[in-house]
Amino acid sequence: MKNRVKVLRAEHNITQADLANSVQVSRQTINAIEKEKFDPSLDLAFKLSKFFSKSIEEIFEYHNK
Amino acid sequence: METSNWQEQKKKNIKNLAIWTVGWVLTMALVTFGPKFIWEGNQLLTYLAFFLNLGLGVGMIFANRNHINGLDELDKKITFDAMAIALGVGVIGGLSFSVMDITNMIGFDAEISFLVILISITYLIAMVVGKFRYK
Repeated sequence: MKNRVKVLRAEHNITQADLANSVQVSRQTINAIEKEKFDPSLDLAFKLSKFFSKSIEEIFEYHNK
Repeated sequence: METSNWQEQKKKNIKNLAIWTVGWVLTMALVTFGPKFIWEGNQLLTYLAFFLNLGLGVGMIFANRNHINGLDELDKKITFDAMAIALGVGVIGGLSFSVMDITNMIGFDAEISFLVILISITYLIAMVVGKFRYK
């Protein structure tokens, strides 16, 4: 799954650690999501959506593997 | 505030698990060596030490479950993957080792401690590999 977390984080000018604290995960989790090594749960996807004030579809793009 | 609670709870779970684990390991040593070196075969003390160890073991299992439930989702995935590999290696390796003992392919008895060491090492390696994979 592709995502725009890194871009949106840069637009908000916050660090991975700040974002991780805001959505209650570790910094490594944010890093793995940004590198598209790890797909977040629906719960975390909603938290990120709420944090960035974007819909889930604006942050994540589903690609069938 | 919520963030701080999450991190504090995680630290508390780790500390709780460490306390139960140390207690379990110490009482395991007590029940193993106590009858020979401390109370010289007193059956009552041996039973007490045994059930104390068993109780702490049960507590450790629940502390470990709480610890895992408190992890964030990536750490949970890495942990579950490592546990799955350790379980598989434990079952396959353990049974194969037992067969080697029964068929005299090895010149010593297949002790349970070998299985525990195999599972522990496999779990540790799988955790390290998992951490690197998502680094």
